[in-house]
Amino acid sequence: MADKRFLDAIHDGLYEEMARDASIVLLGEDVGKKGGVFGVSEGLYEAFGEARVIDTPLAESCIVGVAIGMSVNGLRPVAEIQFADFIHPAFDQILSEAARLRFRSRNDFGCPIVIRTPYGGGVHGALYHSQSIEAFYAHIPGLKVVVPYTPADAKGLLVAAIRDPDPVLFLEHKKMYRSIRGEVPESEFTVPIGPAVVRRPGRDLSIFAYGLMTHEALGAAGQLQQEGIEVEIVDVRTLRPLDTKTILESVARTNRALIVHEDNRFAGFGAEIAATIAEEGFRYLDAPPTRLCGPDVPAVPFSQPFEDWFMISAEKIVHAARAVVAY
Amino acid sequence: MSAKETTTRPSPGRDDRTRLGQEPTPDQMLEMYYYVCLARAVDERMWALQRSGKAAFVISGQGHEGAQVGTVYALDRDRDWLVPFYRSVAAVLMKGMPPAEIFLIQLGRDSDPSSGGRQMPGHYGHSRHKILSTSSPVATQLLHAAGIAYAAKVRGTGEVCLTELGEGSTSEGDFHEALNFASIHRLAVVFVVENNGYAISVPVSKQMAVPNVSARAAGYGIPGVTVDGSRVLQVYAAARQAVARARSGEGPTLLEVIVPRLTAHSSDDRQEKYRSTEELAHLPEHDPVRVFTAELRERGVLTPAKEQEIRAQIQLEVDEGTELAEAAPLPDPATATRYVYFEPDAGT
Repeated sequence: MADKRFLDAIHDGLYEEMARDASIVLLGEDVGKKGGVFGVSEGLYEAFGEARVIDTPLAESCIVGVAIGMSVNGLRPVAEIQFADFIHPAFDQILSEAARLRFRSRNDFGCPIVIRTPYGGGVHGALYHSQSIEAFYAHIPGLKVVVPYTPADAKGLLVAAIRDPDPVLFLEHKKMYRSIRGEVPESEFTVPIGPAVVRRPGRDLSIFAYGLMTHEALGAAGQLQQEGIEVEIVDVRTLRPLDTKTILESVARTNRALIVHEDNRFAGFGAEIAATIAEEGFRYLDAPPTRLCGPDVPAVPFSQPFEDWFMISAEKIVHAARAVVAY
Repeated sequence: MSAKETTTRPSPGRDDRTRLGQEPTPDQMLEMYYYVCLARAVDERMWALQRSGKAAFVISGQGHEGAQVGTVYALDRDRDWLVPFYRSVAAVLMKGMPPAEIFLIQLGRDSDPSSGGRQMPGHYGHSRHKILSTSSPVATQLLHAAGIAYAAKVRGTGEVCLTELGEGSTSEGDFHEALNFASIHRLAVVFVVENNGYAISVPVSKQMAVPNVSARAAGYGIPGVTVDGSRVLQVYAAARQAVARARSGEGPTLLEVIVPRLTAHSSDDRQEKYRSTEELAHLPEHDPVRVFTAELRERGVLTPAKEQEIRAQIQLEVDEGTELAEAAPLPDPATATRYVYFEPDAGT
């Protein structure tokens, strides 16, 4: 095991996969000589050359559309969208093309692409460098959506995504790049897309989270423990396909559910988890499935007090958890 | 794949650079003529199926046949890729898709190789013919063509990718993004714009401020060529140049082919509402079937006996294809959930 930052784990996953398989190419804005605006692809241009590490024009639909064509003709492209906030021009290519190619051709064509993109707030990114976008994409049949929390998961899930025969949207919380560290196995490994994981067992309340929110929830669990409340933390990890089994099993143990995400609350991903629990786990419940989410303003406002107001912290989770337990 | 090949396919024309600039042989002209006429006959049958209540919808390629046959004929049809659009009836036939497969998608049959009855008619595709599956949003496919050509370059396969679109699609951002990317990397793409003057009802004058799409090539530093789609041999000559340029690594070409739209946009459109009687009356003058027939007769290539032989063969092929498709079973709704994702046991 080696102690790695979140960012380094992703870098290593890319590097090792590209070294293993010459059909893997990386494309996006500034991914070449600069190594990406966050430094994720640092050194890959030097290691694998400009034909495989492609600085694209500033055009997101182009990045995804070209990646689709590459995948049809024998390459395994990993596309980087510089910020999730800028992925929307590629929505049509993702929704109408990548996610439908297999279904619409009845399995004649597949689309093995990975779209990596940094999302999330808490870094003074304001409206256009802080967004969470998962709800738009988790809605799409044919697409897989992955949001890792630990560095080991980031690497293992990324390798699994690269080897996956279907398109995968891989969301990296940008605040975690340099703030989250963890042990990463040194030998080759994958983490399967799909299964959620229980990060911390508990008997009083299940908290469902992903990405940075898992980190905040774990922080909250420590505080709550001092108050005698034992919280179970389920790191959902993969939003589509969703591991409803692990979610329901957790609720069966704790009888209470709090769903936490940074994205806006209304029609956010938490509604899917809450609805699943209500429909399939109603008999377990001692309290309504409850959501703690980003407020319903268009995006994270810039100034520090605004950002603090928007972002979900361990402290906010503690308050919400107490209320669910006291119900 | 259940559609049987109903006719003997002429061998694919390899792009032989030593022949560049030479005229096609009389046999090659007749082969092109065969496909122009076959596409028209298939298209007319599609309308007949719709008018008789057997098909729900038609999107037609009538008027586009010369543009599509002339360009696709310049490809190495075994090796190269076609990324079509929804009017590509003649192009997919020329690329190797038999008429039966067109009727199978037209009728939404289970054995439709393009989509297994999942897509509307006109959305052709089949890996066996190296024809990429088609969607309905316009111009998205141009980026796929660029990606296919980029992969060909990295893998050193020598494949060329020809993609087709209408002039309305040139207003989309993906048109610019694809030409830009393909030009930067000198990719082996031939962009064929079939300019029929209308995007459903909107005339070209409201689509762009320049008279010709090909003028836009200057913005990408690539050749832009405009040819008359009823002059099939001229289309072919221009396409051969574009394909040779692509194959040799010099980069893409924007090839605009002026074609008449001989039918309404689709079976759900009434074009009399926005096209004058006079305009419609003049359309046959630009009909590629009519013009190409006259040209080949004049050259002495198309004799009355040959013409009769071709027409009889086409009639047979269209009838057999229709019969096969009509007899083919409809899909079972229980299979509708298949292939949203890869299924390990299903193969690829």
